[in-house]
Amino acid sequence: MKNNKKTKFHVYWNPYYGGFLLGILIIFTFYITGRGLGATGALKSSVVTLVDTVAPTHAEGNVYYSKFIKKGENPMNSWLVFEALGVLIGAFISGSLNNRIKWRVQHSPKITIKRRIVFVLGGGILFGLGSQIARGCTSGAALSGMAVLSTGGFLTMLSIFGSAYAFAYFFRKNWI
Amino acid sequence: MGPLIPNGIIPIEWDSIIAIIIGIVFGFVLEASGFSSSRKLAGVFYGYDFAVLKVFFTAAAVSVIGIYYMDYLGYLDISQLYVHPTYLWGALIGGIIMGLGFVAAGFCPGTSLCAVAIGKLDAWVYIGGILIGVFIFSEFFTFFEPLYDGYYFGNKTLVESFGWNPYWVIFIFSIIAIIAFVVSDIVRKRVKKVFY
Repeated sequence: MKNNKKTKFHVYWNPYYGGFLLGILIIFTFYITGRGLGATGALKSSVVTLVDTVAPTHAEGNVYYSKFIKKGENPMNSWLVFEALGVLIGAFISGSLNNRIKWRVQHSPKITIKRRIVFVLGGGILFGLGSQIARGCTSGAALSGMAVLSTGGFLTMLSIFGSAYAFAYFFRKNWI
Repeated sequence: MGPLIPNGIIPIEWDSIIAIIIGIVFGFVLEASGFSSSRKLAGVFYGYDFAVLKVFFTAAAVSVIGIYYMDYLGYLDISQLYVHPTYLWGALIGGIIMGLGFVAAGFCPGTSLCAVAIGKLDAWVYIGGILIGVFIFSEFFTFFEPLYDGYYFGNKTLVESFGWNPYWVIFIFSIIAIIAFVVSDIVRKRVKKVFY
């Protein structure tokens, strides 16, 4: 970050290079597994496991949790959970190589940490809710959907970005 | 002929190991492209950084071209691939809620995992938020169910839904992506720089 401001070197990859590699990875993923990438799936499994551990009868009675609970099978033993663990490892490696590992709250200098935390929590709740309604997030529904020309994938992508642009005005103080 | 695991060419036992390897590459590429920074991600909505648009649409164009090429060359059977289902209003309303969350927090779930890995505390809070959001959805599932299960149009592609020729769709999509890249560079030059 320090070097960046003075010399304006690329601290991050060229976006077309990153996008190209990501595209290759998606082709590879479909070629090997027949499915795409995902991110919220692992978090959903975590919630299911948590509720199933704390209140098993409640989880079995709920229509949604019970979809993902099978006798003798741990919901955490899923492809998407292992993939998400990989994401954490991969990002950590990349961050280490570029000296980006640091405990901090990143926010615009114009807002306080408290405000940032409130908005990030609210945004997380909304994204969690929305991803379940749409059955996937930007990775699972939009990106992997678009790779196979899924109609639902394109709809979700247009809807996410359309809505974000539409609401961007109201959140401008947080960012610019 | 692919996909390899469903067709038994690679044994299913490798599934989880391959998942971790694919995840590592996914996380590495996202982090190296700058997707662990919420301020960089949010730039796409205010015109000061278009990395999201460029990475996302390059990846989509490369992957769809590659997948259709491999199908054409006979390495991959496209009809065996999982197609994300189309639940019309679920996709639209879910997408609107996600878009609101995206611009409020500056993360989407995949990018927040990358930010968590390099120690961004706001990303930890965001993950907590997602867990709460999923919990709310599950607890009030009966309320959301008509939206979740309704307006189902099948696991369809644009080719099946509209009868379009896939090669033309991909060609036009690529052209749109290139136009978007050019326009984004013009916009970025006119917008006041934000340092982050």
